[in-house]
Amino acid sequence: MSRNARRLLLRIAFYVLVIFIVIYTVFPFYWAINSSLKAGTDLFSAAFLPPSPAWTNYVSVFEDQPFALNILNSVYVSGVTVIISLFLAVTAAYALGRIKFSGRGVLLLVVLSVSMFPQIAVLSGLYEVMRWLGLIQRLESLIISYVIFTLPFTVWILTTFMRELPKELEEAAIVDGASPWQTISRVFLPLLGPALATTGLLAFIAAWNEFLFALTFVGNNNETQTIPVAIANFSGASEFELPWGGIMAASVIVTVPLIVLVLIFQRMIVSGLTAGAVKG
Amino acid sequence: MATVKLENVTKSFGELQIIKGVDLEINDNEFVVFVGPSGCGKSTLLRLIAGLEDITSGDLSIDGSVVNDLPPSERGIAMVFQSYALYPHMTVYENMAFGLKLAKESRESIEGKVREAARILQLEHLLDRKPKEMSGGQRQRVAIGRAIVRNPKVFLFDEPLSNLDAALRVQMRIEIAKLHHDLDATMVYVTHDQVEAMTLADKIVVLHGGIVEQVGSPLELYHHPRNLFVAGFIGSPKMNFIATKVTAVDDAGVSVTLPGGETIKVPVNGENVQPGDKVTYGVRPEHMIETGDADAHIDGEVFVVERLGGDTYAYVRAEGTEMITVQTSGDSHVGVGDKLHIGVSAATSHLFVADGDALPLLARNPMADARKGGMLSDAPGPKAEPH
Ligand SMILES: Nc1ncnc2c1ncn2[C@@H]1O[C@H](COP(=O)(O)OP(=O)(O)OP(=O)(O)O)[C@@H](O)[C@H]1O
Ligand SMILES: [Mg+2]
Repeated sequence: MSRNARRLLLRIAFYVLVIFIVIYTVFPFYWAINSSLKAGTDLFSAAFLPPSPAWTNYVSVFEDQPFALNILNSVYVSGVTVIISLFLAVTAAYALGRIKFSGRGVLLLVVLSVSMFPQIAVLSGLYEVMRWLGLIQRLESLIISYVIFTLPFTVWILTTFMRELPKELEEAAIVDGASPWQTISRVFLPLLGPALATTGLLAFIAAWNEFLFALTFVGNNNETQTIPVAIANFSGASEFELPWGGIMAASVIVTVPLIVLVLIFQRMIVSGLTAGAVKG
Repeated sequence: MATVKLENVTKSFGELQIIKGVDLEINDNEFVVFVGPSGCGKSTLLRLIAGLEDITSGDLSIDGSVVNDLPPSERGIAMVFQSYALYPHMTVYENMAFGLKLAKESRESIEGKVREAARILQLEHLLDRKPKEMSGGQRQRVAIGRAIVRNPKVFLFDEPLSNLDAALRVQMRIEIAKLHHDLDATMVYVTHDQVEAMTLADKIVVLHGGIVEQVGSPLELYHHPRNLFVAGFIGSPKMNFIATKVTAVDDAGVSVTLPGGETIKVPVNGENVQPGDKVTYGVRPEHMIETGDADAHIDGEVFVVERLGGDTYAYVRAEGTEMITVQTSGDSHVGVGDKLHIGVSAATSHLFVADGDALPLLARNPMADARKGGMLSDAPGPKAEPH
């Protein structure tokens, strides 16, 4: 076989693989959109396009349950989680990434191993703590627990980035009279933009989709539920009917903001922000 | 402006002592250059003065007061880093204004100082640029501007020109000399570059393994090196060293034999040597005479010739030596395989005893106390680099 033919064949194989991967990953989401636009008995057809597209599922989600409130709950919980988690992680990463002290490596490993505990293992203990704090059925209980389980990876990722910032930059700031906090906030934070966007996004998605803690701590009340719990609790017209259309519509509604967020921040996640800092 | 004084300063990283007791006085308005081989502690010493490292023991005073425990920003110093260390997300203006903003100076005062520094450094048209949109030379100027606006008592430079290409380096060197002249500031400068050290310094400090080998004016170090290390380190190409023995000592000097059998009487103080002692004879390549009159001669055979245009270097093998470098004129027709009868003169010869210390020359070289090279007050600054 000639070299050109072989190259062509390899190229075709490559694109076939790409197409397969794209279909594999996008199909579930496509199916959710497809189903959410089917009303009534259309739901039970396997058509790849809804025979008669209708918005009824989307309307019913907001009319039959306090779904708008659930969305607000999720936005509040996820947003505050991200803010607290990033603030703590940035300050911790500064210490872990830039200050030499003994036991630093051990500390980092401990942080990492904490994140390996399965959620279920800490659930009952955390429940007791929340009850003791009087936070059961309050969204703050979720914020506290989400901060706990997003911190390990935010700290790790930011520590890695923090380490790579040139040492001279920090020293220049010190000579200029900056306090550690001023160095972090006015020199490092702007340079850590891409890292903050990445970790913030991951933390947001984790909090947005979390189910187990949400079910346990705030699951008893329609009005305090976050989105995943609310969707799981959707009820149909009768006890024996699963409201597929509504569930799919709700899933689409809550996934779209995530996609929008990723697209917005993708622009920020560009390399080379430190270009020009050192050397030439 | 200000003086800097180090008294028995040491610095250890863990168990390892890097700076082993340095005493040094830097006068007001002086330009002091630290030189020494890589890893000898030049940067560390500079960072101790800056306050970026803590002093392990000893005292450091700036302007008469001990500053061991003061943070860098309160020592009245400004530092220019080898890598520039500009804040990449800030414009040139913001880079220079950052320290002043932190010090809560008024907006007008900041504006005035930044514009003045930009004028001195010819950066006025670049104030809105980001560091990544500038050339290496321009970035280095911004880094210097950031130091100027702080109006420091002492400027500290750590190899500021080593990232620039050769032509730009010459230009920035003159610019720094001019800056020193215009600002009347005390400056401490670390470099690897012989030419930078010789041309910029009022005083050179030769460091070696964490101790000061010698302090003096550039020509003092050149003509009166205190030991083998300094003699070999200052000057390029390196001084030639020939192991030999003392044959006679009197008031007029010490006589030694040269390869080939001739004897030369070097005018040094020979109080502490006796005939028969092992010594090292040193003479610089530029003081060797390819042909012609001299006090004594060394015979050898040329095995490599390097022609640089203006100068020619001939590498010569002589009996009992590894290699002797001879610097001669660019017009020399010396060729590989030639037998040379190289002349050396007593006045430019050096002798070192077994432990490396130089025997003091009887007469002080008149150039050792010569005025430093300099410039007219209205000397034109180098042209702003095209961009
Ligand atoms: N923070 C540190 N921890 C441990 N050792 C260090 C530290 N900083 C410097 N050293 C050591 O101190 C010695 C001197 O370093 P320094 O940077 O002062 O050398 P230098 O003379 O500036 O060398 P160069 O010419 O290569 O820049 C080196 O052996 C280096 O390994
Ligand atoms: Mg160095």
